[in-house]
Amino acid sequence: MSNISSIPFMRYRHIAACISGALVLMALILLMVRGLNYGLDFTGGTQVSLHYSGVPSLDEIRSTLTTNGFPNHEVVNVGDDQDVMIRVQDSGEAVAKGSSNEDLSKGTATKVVEVLKAATKLDVTITSSSFVSSQVGQEMKELGVLGGLLSLFMIMLYIAFRFQFKFSVGAVVSLAHDTILTLGFFALTRMNFDLTVLAAVLAVIGYSLNDTIVVADRIRENFRLLRGLEPAEIIDISITQTMARSIITSLTVVLVLLALLFVGGEVVRGFSAAMLVGVFFGTTSSIYVAASILMYMNVSRLDLVVPVKKQEELDSMP
Amino acid sequence: MLNKYPLWKNIFLIVIAVLSAIYAAPNFYKADPAIQISHDNGVMDQPALDLATAALKEDGIDFFGAVIEKNGVALIRLHDQNQQSRAQQVVNFKLPKNYIVALNLAATTPAWLVRLHAGPMAYGLDLQGGVHFLMEVDMDEAITKQLTDTIASMRNVLRDEKIRYRPPITLDSQKRINIRFLDAATRSAAISKLKSKFDLVMGTTESGDDFVLQYSMSPASVLELQKYAVQQNLTTLRSRVNELGVKEPKIQQLGANRIIIELPGIQDTTRAKDLISAVATLQFHLVADSGAAPGTTLDYEYQGRHYKVVQDVIMEGSSVTGAQASIDSQTSTPQVNITLDSAGAKRLNDVTRVSVGKSMAIILRETKTRSVTKAQADGTLVTTSEPTLEERAISVATIQSALGRQFRITGLGNAEANDLSLLIRSGALAAPMHFVEESTIGPSLGQENINNGIKSVLLGLGLLVVFMIGYYRICGFASIIGLFCNLLLMMAIMSLVGWTLTMPGIAGIVLTLGIAVDANVLIFARIREEIENGMSIPRAINAGYEKAFVTIVDANVTTLIVSVILFAIGTGPVKGFAVTLTLGILTSMFTAIMYSRAIINLMYGGNNVKSISIGTNIHLVADAAVHE
Repeated sequence: MSNISSIPFMRYRHIAACISGALVLMALILLMVRGLNYGLDFTGGTQVSLHYSGVPSLDEIRSTLTTNGFPNHEVVNVGDDQDVMIRVQDSGEAVAKGSSNEDLSKGTATKVVEVLKAATKLDVTITSSSFVSSQVGQEMKELGVLGGLLSLFMIMLYIAFRFQFKFSVGAVVSLAHDTILTLGFFALTRMNFDLTVLAAVLAVIGYSLNDTIVVADRIRENFRLLRGLEPAEIIDISITQTMARSIITSLTVVLVLLALLFVGGEVVRGFSAAMLVGVFFGTTSSIYVAASILMYMNVSRLDLVVPVKKQEELDSMP
Repeated sequence: MLNKYPLWKNIFLIVIAVLSAIYAAPNFYKADPAIQISHDNGVMDQPALDLATAALKEDGIDFFGAVIEKNGVALIRLHDQNQQSRAQQVVNFKLPKNYIVALNLAATTPAWLVRLHAGPMAYGLDLQGGVHFLMEVDMDEAITKQLTDTIASMRNVLRDEKIRYRPPITLDSQKRINIRFLDAATRSAAISKLKSKFDLVMGTTESGDDFVLQYSMSPASVLELQKYAVQQNLTTLRSRVNELGVKEPKIQQLGANRIIIELPGIQDTTRAKDLISAVATLQFHLVADSGAAPGTTLDYEYQGRHYKVVQDVIMEGSSVTGAQASIDSQTSTPQVNITLDSAGAKRLNDVTRVSVGKSMAIILRETKTRSVTKAQADGTLVTTSEPTLEERAISVATIQSALGRQFRITGLGNAEANDLSLLIRSGALAAPMHFVEESTIGPSLGQENINNGIKSVLLGLGLLVVFMIGYYRICGFASIIGLFCNLLLMMAIMSLVGWTLTMPGIAGIVLTLGIAVDANVLIFARIREEIENGMSIPRAINAGYEKAFVTIVDANVTTLIVSVILFAIGTGPVKGFAVTLTLGILTSMFTAIMYSRAIINLMYGGNNVKSISIGTNIHLVADAAVHE
């Protein structure tokens, strides 16, 4: 065991920290400047997906909506040219609370479709439609933030309980790193951020920790096994030993996520994209971020040995 | 001996696998397109079904297996999905209005599986199409209505007691009743008279020259009102949704003041909304004497007997402020207690005072939306929704004495009393509700989602099979056996427990497949490492499973924490995902460790194993260093 070699990960930890820091900073700036493109779940409003029998002109749809009392709209193609998704922000609430029974039962979605049907010669069929009040949307946002914070807190608690405080700081910093970068990706690409994407981000928080734990487990084991080595060496050895399996475990998940992304359809596209990005950053951060934090916090053998055992070992020393 | 499972353990694993396969099996039988016929009163009859099948035959629509199921609903299965809506129209055209014809998908689970209580998973709206509503009870409005009624009653009390106040009695923006008096003495008199009659929070204040008495609802009674309103709306909605003939409608309370309505298979949002927001009205009539002049009475049937009731209405349901089923403390028999507002109480008292010994009937009028199929001039069938007014007597009872603000109806059975109180409440105006969320998923989108879901599960599985066997060879094969057992076990549990499968739920399943093999990767990597460190193969296998176990549990617990949190806070899509993720993590830990071990034990069990097929050496870096 004396002859273990390793890749000197820790020698480059300052460079890695700079790169990670820069990426996180960029993601935060993107989130602040561009923001997330929140889906209907969070913004509230009305959304209709339509299938046209031919290829409609999106500009015409937009101008039709504007002239018919829906100036605040978003029109995009989903899937192919004939499928259009329309989101109308305003008046949804007003209609829902509408004064007359007729308004109540018709709803914005029906009105939007009526208006658009009248404006085109093509056949229009509704594939799906939904309406969410802005109040419910606001509640969802709050729940999402609550869920994220609660997840981070519970995980920190678990890691602190299973390992040691310095590990739990490392784990949570790397989780925050993964989450911010994933959110940054969504701000960058302006992909729709809806409830399923939120679920994916939270799942990333849980899953990307797997690799971190594998590394942490090994670091702990090696601190006990390999005496007389510097912490940096031990961490390097541990990462080298576990890197292959970290990559392979991530790879198996990446494989199924690719399957979801390519054949899973529209509903899970955002979900699989978020998870893919999250798992990618999660794997790199488990190698660098979590372990580097340990170094920055001056982890030592004493942090890891079980107290009772420590007593015995001290006794047996000359 | 190392690496041998005892016989019982192998048998246990086989039993679990067989049971999983049996209970997952119904999901592999494709459902038949079908039409479903039910009757208004819940019981479908054979002649009507014969009429329906005859109509289908005449129209040349292929069908089979027309039966009345145990729940009183008839199912006619079709060969061709494209004929489904045509079949619905044809049958709807043929049958009288009070039969409800709806589209359905009939499960094709074989009889022997049904006997074992096996059935397919329930699909969420995103997989089968349908509409979803989230409604919210307008508490503001409900409180205002309640207090407006109270003001009317207070006005009467003050008038009867000859206490002078400065009109009008007002309701301010903070939902407080304000009564103004000219001096403090009058106010004290009013307090003493009103105190016993109204359960409200009292306050006093002075404004200008006026001595003001303020009443508001206590937080507890607001909660009580909210509970009552939601409960009443739930009941009303349930009975209305039944009219739509939906296969499995879901109407549930969500939080304190919201109600979720899910109607699978329904496409027509407008019609569903019409039905949901329809208003029922209640009217109280005297039953006519036998000698009543013709033309002044209306005919109703109640419990099989015909009654003629006087056309004049004593009072409307809007006067009813409450109806509750209870048990008479003296006779221990069920009864319904009804509370009226003061205007209604006065009208009822005026009439009943002179009618003791006569009977009073309560008539419920509801506007129901029916789909009616009509033949056009050119022979094509067109289905439209038509509102129809339906009236029926829900109670006929003898007037025992002059009735007032509170009275009761006795002589009922337990269930009867309950139903009657609900019906009276459904006629009285509940707290108004509005839609806060609504979505429609077309049936083609639902089918597309199912197909995409199946495709991604298969592709995900395929990629994992290729990768694991390619990389870990025979050991990879062992992990794949575990993976298939995991999938079956998940499907079996989902089907048995009756959790609803949604598209994000499928994503959760696919994701857990990828996570499941992680456990095997950790184990195999460990085994290889131990072999490289010079351990014998049998001991390395044993050590690999043992040492990796803690890591596997640790790694899965964190994902489990998150999935449980998601389950707790999530609604709709997020919950569907959280369910399968939680389940998948739990089952995968079991299958990935136990089944792969069983296979490896079978192939490499015993103490004298010299080689193992666990893939190529991946520790190139470490090895290179050793050879230097």
